Amino acid sequence: MLNLTPKEVAARSGLRINPCKTCQPVGALYAALGVHRCMPHSHGSQGCASYHRTFLSRHFKEPAIASTSSFTEGASVFGGGSNIRTAVKNVFDIYNPDIIAVHTTCLSETIGDDMGSYISEMDLPEGKYVVHTNTPSYVGSHIDGFANMMTGFINYLANKTGEGNGKTALFPGFLNPGDMRELRRIASLMKVPHILFPDTSGVMDAPMTGVYAMYPSGGTTIPEIIALGDCAQTLALGELTSEEPAGVLERKCKVPYKLLPLPIGVANTDALVMELSHLLAEEPAAELEEERGQLLDVMLDAHFYHYGRSVAVFGDPDTVLGLTALVLEMGMLPKYVVTGTPGEAFTRKANAVLAAHGAQGCRAKAACDLFELHQWLKNEPVDLLLGTSYGKQIAKAEDIPFVRAGFPILDRYAHSYFPIVGYRGALHLVEKISDALMERQDRDAADEDLELVM
Amino acid sequence: MNNAKILAERREFIGEGARGKSIACEKNSASGAVSQRACVYCGARVVLNPVTDAFHIVHGPIGCASYTWDIRGSLTSGSELFRNSFSTDLQEKDIVFGGAAKLAAAIEEVAETYRPKLIFVYATCIAGVIGDDVGAVCRAAEEKFGLRCIAVQSSGFSGTKSFGYRLACDALMELILPHKRPAGTRGLGVNILGDYNLAGEMWIIENYMRRIGVPVVATITGDAAYETLIKAPTARLNLVQCAGSMSYLAKRMEEELGIPFMKISFFGVEDTSASLLRVAQAAGGGEIVRRAERFTAEQEKKTNAVTAPYKKHLAGKKAAIFVGGGFKAISLIRQFNAMGMETVLVGTQTGQPEDYEIISGLVGPDAVILDDANPSELEAFMQEKGAQILVGGVKERPLAFKLGVAFCDHNHERKHALAGYEGVINFTREVHLSMNSPVWGYVSG
Repeated sequence: MLNLTPKEVAARSGLRINPCKTCQPVGALYAALGVHRCMPHSHGSQGCASYHRTFLSRHFKEPAIASTSSFTEGASVFGGGSNIRTAVKNVFDIYNPDIIAVHTTCLSETIGDDMGSYISEMDLPEGKYVVHTNTPSYVGSHIDGFANMMTGFINYLANKTGEGNGKTALFPGFLNPGDMRELRRIASLMKVPHILFPDTSGVMDAPMTGVYAMYPSGGTTIPEIIALGDCAQTLALGELTSEEPAGVLERKCKVPYKLLPLPIGVANTDALVMELSHLLAEEPAAELEEERGQLLDVMLDAHFYHYGRSVAVFGDPDTVLGLTALVLEMGMLPKYVVTGTPGEAFTRKANAVLAAHGAQGCRAKAACDLFELHQWLKNEPVDLLLGTSYGKQIAKAEDIPFVRAGFPILDRYAHSYFPIVGYRGALHLVEKISDALMERQDRDAADEDLELVM
Repeated sequence: MNNAKILAERREFIGEGARGKSIACEKNSASGAVSQRACVYCGARVVLNPVTDAFHIVHGPIGCASYTWDIRGSLTSGSELFRNSFSTDLQEKDIVFGGAAKLAAAIEEVAETYRPKLIFVYATCIAGVIGDDVGAVCRAAEEKFGLRCIAVQSSGFSGTKSFGYRLACDALMELILPHKRPAGTRGLGVNILGDYNLAGEMWIIENYMRRIGVPVVATITGDAAYETLIKAPTARLNLVQCAGSMSYLAKRMEEELGIPFMKISFFGVEDTSASLLRVAQAAGGGEIVRRAERFTAEQEKKTNAVTAPYKKHLAGKKAAIFVGGGFKAISLIRQFNAMGMETVLVGTQTGQPEDYEIISGLVGPDAVILDDANPSELEAFMQEKGAQILVGGVKERPLAFKLGVAFCDHNHERKHALAGYEGVINFTREVHLSMNSPVWGYVSG
């Protein structure tokens, strides 16, 4: 498998092999699914919507709805104005969402469709909304698309009435619904009134009831998005994902923001809990103290199996930074820290995390691909691979234990229900990492060395 | 006819069984539809994907490459090359200044490192709009590196997925035409067109051919490789399995290479046996036919013995079908008929008028027939008609489950081979397992 990959690393200027990112629109679509009764709309060829829906369904094992402008040759020459007008009318008539969230594609961006003026000229049904964002596929990655869609909602909807609501706007970053649930639980335990935006819990992990709901019960509501403008502050999680929307909310509605890393690992979760605790001048909740203690207990119990083991971490920038921090806390060495999303800020932050733990001989790279990571591994292997399903073939080719975390995970079930954030999430990750390393030890043990008690 | 809200523009795409109403198809989806349908690029990409030792370079921003990376479940007996993702990952500056130079660099990097025989370059939406001359870059690469580098002009907006199939067929013709059989020589053996070796299905069909004594020249494109593809013109007959994607190639090969074709289907006992007997007749008759008769009789007996115990669990249940091509839908209806099940809803993404005619003759008078269905329509009609299992692809699976309806993937995420007699057994088991899973007993509603 994957015997194509040569050990010798050669510079490439034109070719991307085995990417570790995908395009902006799918991130925008996912963000829009985190808004209650929202129809995400793809302004481009119908293949885009089809691919994005399929991609999300493969990860969440849930239906992922989106409508499409179904561009033809004509639209590509004369512009997609009539397509979007017809689409908006049809979507409200047939699917009856409360809001349509339009994102562009490489096609509509390049022909220069002015979505703002198309939308401002529309007659919308009473009480219905259309918002848009620009998501050129040739800039950034799905992470930028996610942030841009948040910005689109804020630009159109967030409103400062002058009467503060005393709430905290909580921006989760690009996470699974299980993580979003965990963030709400942590904020609630800390008694911090909050608006989580977006919130895909209750949408992309909706329960089986025997009845299909095109718009499940979850998602941030439109009044909540409007009320973001009256929040006392924003806690923006994921430094490379949530800063842009938090900045826009600050500029538009004077809501100050505090930027934090994704709460993956002990210290990153501590930072979130301390921040929440400062907001209300409350002590951290006893439950969270207990969970933190349990996490440390397990990390200590199992630390013989982690200490000094090398790991390659890959995936989305903020997720990778969080996972890197966690494995360092466990005493492991994140030899390779890689994301496909471009941006040197990632490399700087990764190097800062590595330096803070005194980790030597590690390598961080943004705009990297998995072909290159595979080449590094062929030259200097690691004890564990930690990332998305796309590591599967490398793990098999190089016979490296593999733990799945991040987006996308296409080949396992139930992963999106379990958090990786918070102390509970870290505990879950520690278990998975320990299992992978210890199962490998069992597999490779001579019969006389196989231990029952470990 | 129903209580579902239907887009006005969609009404003519919906028909009913046996009432003879023809339905509109082969058109673009309505703007605003939550269509299940893909694009031109997707059509071209899926047909060419199983050419295992080719470099498939996607010229465009990263998405089109990442969404088609190793997703098809096409098995290979040789190279694993096609399971990697290659693209030019176009960036903003390439959009402004043109992406041709980056494409040329990408091809050069491939050519110099790997010395391949064959490269396919897919032009996506953006390449079409910014006007990159992908054809010229490919021709230059062919000259410079002495390899085949074939451009597939598959801008997503330029038509439907079916049009993408045609572009893929044109690319294959471009590959094989220079290898024409010398005049006066006689063709030998068959090519198998339109099977993609999902879960090893091409191998099942090849094995049948071996058993009845018909040599296989090229498999197009399941488990295909450059060296076998270029021998395709030496075959005497083309067998066409997925008519939706490959009829066009078969017609071109007939006109330009003088190879006649026959449509076959290896889905279901009935179609598999009939197809084998027809192939045997066409491949020379005599001893081959006798062998085919013996083989099919033996296999039918074996298969029916395995599937018979399932029938009591399946008889009288209602099925819905939503698949890509019309030909596959037809085979599936026959298979459900053989299980004693009733097909109450049939939809395809790319069905042709003649497919829909056959379909309306096979289903009951109340069955609903849909072209390019969307989730609302699928939901409404599945509930109205009381479907208990849906056969479809990845986007329909979670929808079916949410509706409390069992599911079988007959697309690229199929779990087992569904072709041939082995496929009948697998299909019957899967339908049974999904419909009769104990978990359904706990779902209220």
